[in-house]
Amino acid sequence: MVGLHKSEMKNPVVRWIDERLPVFTLMDKEYAKFPVPRNLTYMWSFGGMAMVILMMMIATGVFLAMFYVPHTAHAFDSVERIMRDVNYGWLIRYLHANGASMFFIVVYIHIFRGLYYGSYKYPRELLWMLGVIILLLMMATAFMGYVLPWGQMSFWGATVITNLFSAIPVVGESIVIWLWGGFSVDNPTLTRFFSLHYLLPFAIVGVVFLHIVALHITSSNNPLGVEPKGPQDTIPFHPYMTIKDSFALLLFFIFYFTFVFFFPNYLGHADNYIPADPLVTPPHIVPEWYFLPFYAILRAVPDKLGGVVLMFASILILFAVPWLDRSPVRSMKFRPLARPFFWTFVASCVLLGYCGAMPAEGIWVPLAKVGTAYYFAYFLVILPLLGKLERPLPLPTSISERVLGGGPVPAAAAAKPMEKA
Amino acid sequence: MANSLPPGGAADAATRRDFLSLTTTAVAAVGVAAFAWPFIHSMNPAADTLAVASTEVDLAPIAEGMAITVMFRGKPVFVRHRTAEDIRLARETPLSALPDPQRDEDRVQKPEWLIMVGICTHLGCVPLGQRPSDNKGEFGGWFCPCHGSHYDTSGRIRRGPAPRNLEIPPYTFTSDTSIRIG
Amino acid sequence: MRALRCLLGALAGAAFAAGLASPALAAKDAPTPPSQNWSFGGVFGTFDRASAQRGLLVYKQVCASCHGLKRVAYRNLAAIGLSDDEIRALAAEIVVVDGPNDDGEMYERPGRPSDRFRSPFPNEKAARAANNGAYPVDLSLITKARMGGADYLYALLTGYRDEPPPGVQPMEGMHWNEYFPGHWIAMARPLYDDVVEYPDGTKATTEQMAWDVTTFLAWASQPYLEQQRQIGVRAILFLLVLAGLTYAVKRRVWADVKH
Repeated sequence: MVGLHKSEMKNPVVRWIDERLPVFTLMDKEYAKFPVPRNLTYMWSFGGMAMVILMMMIATGVFLAMFYVPHTAHAFDSVERIMRDVNYGWLIRYLHANGASMFFIVVYIHIFRGLYYGSYKYPRELLWMLGVIILLLMMATAFMGYVLPWGQMSFWGATVITNLFSAIPVVGESIVIWLWGGFSVDNPTLTRFFSLHYLLPFAIVGVVFLHIVALHITSSNNPLGVEPKGPQDTIPFHPYMTIKDSFALLLFFIFYFTFVFFFPNYLGHADNYIPADPLVTPPHIVPEWYFLPFYAILRAVPDKLGGVVLMFASILILFAVPWLDRSPVRSMKFRPLARPFFWTFVASCVLLGYCGAMPAEGIWVPLAKVGTAYYFAYFLVILPLLGKLERPLPLPTSISERVLGGGPVPAAAAAKPMEKA
Repeated sequence: MANSLPPGGAADAATRRDFLSLTTTAVAAVGVAAFAWPFIHSMNPAADTLAVASTEVDLAPIAEGMAITVMFRGKPVFVRHRTAEDIRLARETPLSALPDPQRDEDRVQKPEWLIMVGICTHLGCVPLGQRPSDNKGEFGGWFCPCHGSHYDTSGRIRRGPAPRNLEIPPYTFTSDTSIRIG
Repeated sequence: MRALRCLLGALAGAAFAAGLASPALAAKDAPTPPSQNWSFGGVFGTFDRASAQRGLLVYKQVCASCHGLKRVAYRNLAAIGLSDDEIRALAAEIVVVDGPNDDGEMYERPGRPSDRFRSPFPNEKAARAANNGAYPVDLSLITKARMGGADYLYALLTGYRDEPPPGVQPMEGMHWNEYFPGHWIAMARPLYDDVVEYPDGTKATTEQMAWDVTTFLAWASQPYLEQQRQIGVRAILFLLVLAGLTYAVKRRVWADVKH
């Protein structure tokens, strides 16, 4: 069929465009009328926040790239020039550096929310897996970005992480030399990291787009984990979610800006203000905080290859979660037995993060092993077994039943002024 | 962060909601604009760029009738030691013959030293006329090879597409034989 | 409201977990430097100009013989209250190699405000050669590049002891310092009472000089700090107002929906 799209837009200019390129209809359908469960909490605001922070990272990054010089002889100096001489350069750099941490905070909460409410279960498996791909891309991007200032932590972090690949049997050494473009982390490494650090965020944007497409097919999960049964269970995205998410976003920005303006280096390492020196390793090399749990898993295994495999497995296992968790019930609200195991899992992640920050000696080694064991046991043993053994609480028949305290009610009744939330 | 909300649901609250959401939208818009400024301003010259924007030139080695080109803010600056003939020509030209009328006296601090930015005011090429062998144009000054603008011995446009005379940069004589540009 | 608490709790928890990494790293082989009440501390702190100017004097007369400050330009000193003439005079004290001139040769000229502080050694190797193998680091970022920042620097400068504690073997060519990680530092005690004479009449005790030079170097490490906090206060106040307004709109929008 050839012809114009049937637009319902009132404004003639908007309508003219919409008939030829129905972006307005699309936005209206996906971001205004789009029905979402009426019982979403603020835990559902983190996805939108992550998207905004991604845009922030790209914007600040594009401006930083105007002043940054990707060369070992100039990288550190050019970053300091940004801080001291470029107008508001310190602001743009602090926004970018802290933005990375904020991005991970938001995304980790987003992931834990998904795990708690079973958002990865049928029919949202692919939505979840796209999310895991985003996480992997974020990690690669963050790692390469941290190398760019060419401070001591940049250099030694790059050295340690790229050396992980040397654990691969037979071809490991060749792969590391290929990654470096030389025989140590040096200028060729820096320039390729800069190139890829600029490229990968746009790959993230692409996957985020797919993530959202998948989300708009299945719509959001909700705290009850019961699918909406009709219009009485949903509300339009606009204005309800737009205003709620805007408010959550503002609170998040207050949090973010507190770091940017008052504690800009709290989440970083003092050592990274020392220019890279290939002859001196800092006494404590630690990755950025968001990699610490994985770093702890790496060090928990005494075998080099084993540690590397387990570390990558700890992220890749997330792909399999939709099939490891056999329980038909999504929300942990109705899974009294699973809930303590979930919170123990959260605690094990925090414990692993703490172990990752401490030197690999004394009590921290066995603790890291316990944390690692529980991390994998949660996915490989506990979740599959719980699905068989657990007797979930009775589920509400619908969202509106639970929210309104009675059976399904007509939409008109739902619109009546009720007590304040 | 735009929060423009169409009135919906309860009609009695619509007016107040409109006022409130308009205010909120306006405040948010102010915030976005304020937030954009640091990014825009970052593209202006940085503090170190502004700080090196001055150049010292020693005039002693430049013989009468000769000229040198120095760099100032990344642009060529012409410094010419004019002959008496150059000065006479420049000063005898009636203002009515000039597309951009300006007296030679207003273009120099000392008549024998003509200092100006060597960028054609047409489209930014560097005119010829610094070296003795160069084509100096029909008025004995400079000639822009890009589109054929002719400048006289005071650097004033006489013929061709350029709209204005060659620009005079800010400079001061720090001694009889040296200047600081900028 | 419960949901809101949940949101804030989640953010705060994550920040706490993230922050665990930093304090956990504190060097275990030296005591934590005592926290000082700096003029530039806190949310509204500003650099004490008089102290920073005295600190500049200490840097010039004591530190500068070994330590560079290459990221600071003379023009920057306007920020700690030096006049244009003072800056020009200070800059003119150094000799800068510039060029090449039209004959293709490098030449020397007096410094200008746009020049940066000159490092005492041309490169790290020369610096090590002149200092028994130890490298006197550039001080441009010193308070940012050390755990504990200004507190650590002050503790280090005032932490020298003539003798190591009983039972510790003295080390040839090294000096005992209470706060240096590992305690043995190659740098000899730099500050003694009255090694500098302050023009403003302030008594130049070791502590006073350490305090002043730390203030100066803290400024040199982050000259944008005052602007940063000033904008920060405004930005956060603005966001609070906007968040309040947005919350009011949100309440009205959701008033007729039970959820």
